[in-house]
Amino acid sequence: MAPPPADAFPFLAPPPRRAVLKGLLAAACVIAASAGTPSFAAETEAAPQPVRGGVLRFLVEHEPSTLVTIAHTAGPTQRVSPKVTEGLLTYDLDFNPKPALATEWSVSPDGLTYIFKLREGVKWHDGRDFTADDVAYSIQLLKEGHPRGRATFASVTAVETPDPHTAIIRLSKPAPYLLTALDANESPIVAKHIYEGTDPLTNKNGAAPIGTGPFIFKEWVRGSHIILERNPDYWDKGKPYLDRIVVRFIADQSARSAAFEAGELDLAGGPPVPYADLARVSALPGLGAETRGYEYAGRMTQLYFNFERPILQDKRVRLAIAHAIDQQKLLDVVYYGYGAVAPSVISPKLKAFYDPALEPYGFDLKAANRLLDEAGYPRKTDGTRFALKLYANPFNTQAAGDFVKQALAKVGIAVDFQFFDFSTYIQKAYTGRDFDLTLESLQNLFDPTLGVQRTLWSKNFRVGLPFSNASHYANPEVDRLLEAAAVEPDPAKRRQLWLDFQKVVYADVAALGLIAVDGVTIFNRKVKNHTIGVTGVDASFADVWIEK
Amino acid sequence: MTMRRLPRILKAVRRTALQAVPTVIGILILNFFLLRLTPGDAADALAGEAGAATVETLAALKSKFGLDLPVAEQLGGYLWNLAHFSLGVSPRYNQPVAELIGARLPNTLSLMGLALVFALLIGITLGALMATFAGRPTDRVLSVLALLFYSIPSFWIGLMLIVLFSVKLGWLPTGGAETIGANLTGWDAVLDRARYQILPALSLALFYVAIYARLTRDDMIEVRTQDHVRTARAKGLSPFAVTRDHVLRNALIPVTTMAGIHLAGLMGGAVVVETVFSWPGLGRLAYEAVMGRDFHVLLGILLLSSLLVVAVNAAIDILQAWLDPRIEVR
Repeated sequence: MAPPPADAFPFLAPPPRRAVLKGLLAAACVIAASAGTPSFAAETEAAPQPVRGGVLRFLVEHEPSTLVTIAHTAGPTQRVSPKVTEGLLTYDLDFNPKPALATEWSVSPDGLTYIFKLREGVKWHDGRDFTADDVAYSIQLLKEGHPRGRATFASVTAVETPDPHTAIIRLSKPAPYLLTALDANESPIVAKHIYEGTDPLTNKNGAAPIGTGPFIFKEWVRGSHIILERNPDYWDKGKPYLDRIVVRFIADQSARSAAFEAGELDLAGGPPVPYADLARVSALPGLGAETRGYEYAGRMTQLYFNFERPILQDKRVRLAIAHAIDQQKLLDVVYYGYGAVAPSVISPKLKAFYDPALEPYGFDLKAANRLLDEAGYPRKTDGTRFALKLYANPFNTQAAGDFVKQALAKVGIAVDFQFFDFSTYIQKAYTGRDFDLTLESLQNLFDPTLGVQRTLWSKNFRVGLPFSNASHYANPEVDRLLEAAAVEPDPAKRRQLWLDFQKVVYADVAALGLIAVDGVTIFNRKVKNHTIGVTGVDASFADVWIEK
Repeated sequence: MTMRRLPRILKAVRRTALQAVPTVIGILILNFFLLRLTPGDAADALAGEAGAATVETLAALKSKFGLDLPVAEQLGGYLWNLAHFSLGVSPRYNQPVAELIGARLPNTLSLMGLALVFALLIGITLGALMATFAGRPTDRVLSVLALLFYSIPSFWIGLMLIVLFSVKLGWLPTGGAETIGANLTGWDAVLDRARYQILPALSLALFYVAIYARLTRDDMIEVRTQDHVRTARAKGLSPFAVTRDHVLRNALIPVTTMAGIHLAGLMGGAVVVETVFSWPGLGRLAYEAVMGRDFHVLLGILLLSSLLVVAVNAAIDILQAWLDPRIEVR
């Protein structure tokens, strides 16, 4: 098979892959014969007046184990927590910070001091006043106990509270990612009077949260549902528009499709249904699909090499593997086109850091075979050259692993693909590390210092730690760039460091970025404003309203 | 009559109690080590789900849950708790295990109960029909149907029931246990819950319908040839009365035995059915506990299941001692 022409890769020619998806969705709309334009345009163009009232039936795929993200970052918790517990800032669809509990903020030129003016007249759901002490205490909790907060707030030396409505964060060294890390789902602000003197992991607030948010927690029937009621005293007068949110959990993917078809659900992120079912479900009368609102997570599917294996230490072998995988086909076959081909390890959706100049290595079997021959691995009589063991994070689905296995078989690499449940995978990949290749599903997050650095920084080679540098990649130049980017306060200089990083990683074939996978939200077309920022359905829902 | 039976029943109870305690302890210890064989623990699972972790978080989680202790110490701690009637605390849900199980148990029991009722009612009816029309088209058609029920996996039956009754016809809800937020009371609440229970109970029951139908059919055909049936017929009883009082009744003993054994199987089947129907029961809790490596919860459920099986077996022994005086408790 000849290598595809360059224009087969949609990201090379703007407008990017969104156009493909838009076409798909438009077609879906026509099939459904439902009036109106594709979802992307509907809300921005018409902008009808929001109306009060209604119950939102919101699906969270799996039941969360706690309802506050102060010490957890699990996906289901992130869906629920921001409705009740707010953050200092929130972000629009272009990552621009917007006021939430903080109304104004400024960063000193050296990047060491952040000043936040806090909103006045905000009350906790138990009636107490929200003050700067709550902010200072929450940041301390995040720094001490939050899985990512430990890294994000590592350089925080003090949070000063000169008056009840000012919080000043002082850092020992710049943390340029800090201002994008303050969303409710990442860095929630909790009540000091509730958490003081307790362990945030076991505090009862996790099961019946008290926050400042637009919705008040009412009940959580384990295994069944959560009910959140409208907060009549919310600081943003007139909001929220909804009377109530009923959160349901449906563990079975097919049952979720059925619940949507039966009209029992209004909104769900994820995608909540299998990719194979998406086109059908989103084409149902009254339903729509939205792929924005997942930029904060920056989902990716990557292939990592085990650099302790002599075969894979040869760059020609790694490059051959890159040439053997048809990324566009992987995207089309396994992800049904929901996503974008990624040339390197930073998601094309992180526009501030992504290097658009890089092109994928390209699907080229001839080059792959030649490279493997040159590396000294000729085909044996049975047609294979050598065998490799492949793991796959189950979030990637078994199909992704099967695809890679078949692709590599064509160039004579016999792949032993082993697929486990999530907990087993984590243990096998990060403690056992008995893999040659692993197909990971690691989010880039809102900033590559938090999302990308962890797997390629030599100092993060820590056996037993999930999502660390399990490939044991060590490159002094990469280390230097990562460490410089982590503390560079100037955005332009920092972007350049990340572009340089991508070029080095690309040239070294340190890891393959394969696919930036789309999240997909399924929504009832009567539900408006469900996606107004980079956190999508993980937002507070203060602006969500239902058309009568 | 009753006086003569009482000592036998007491004997059965005593024997069961004597055997149950070591059995349950054995099951517990076996389960404990079996679970240790699975890769990963609750801390790994939590850290993994978080999508990020630091060495410090992981270490903090492990020490908090006692996962960094030697295995023998963990087992000792667990048994010590158990001796004080505590099932421990779930690291994942941050709740006492007894509370978690207590909240889910009634849902699973009612689902299992209804499924068993469905299975027995439908199964025995079909079986009686098949036996009455043995060899004729009715028998053949029902046999094929029973074979289908036996071989189709319950999750698929569940999904098909949802597609038909919820999506196409819109008669019943797709999942859940009650209308959320409706705050119904009294009779309305019972009816509401029943609506949610029909489909999951049916999908759980159909496999057993097949078994009971076949069992009833074969036993009835066998009993029919026995002397007391011929006598009954000779007395001039109507064919229906003969079937009901002399054939079916005697054919039911193997069915009750099997139903007792199946109660444990129903609990296993509940894992699948509860997942498909989002039923807030023990099965799903067990499934989530496996995926999250929440071994305290899992051990609690396994302990409860083994107690349930022991109790049901004892009840069946007693029931049979009462049904058929010839069955002697050893």
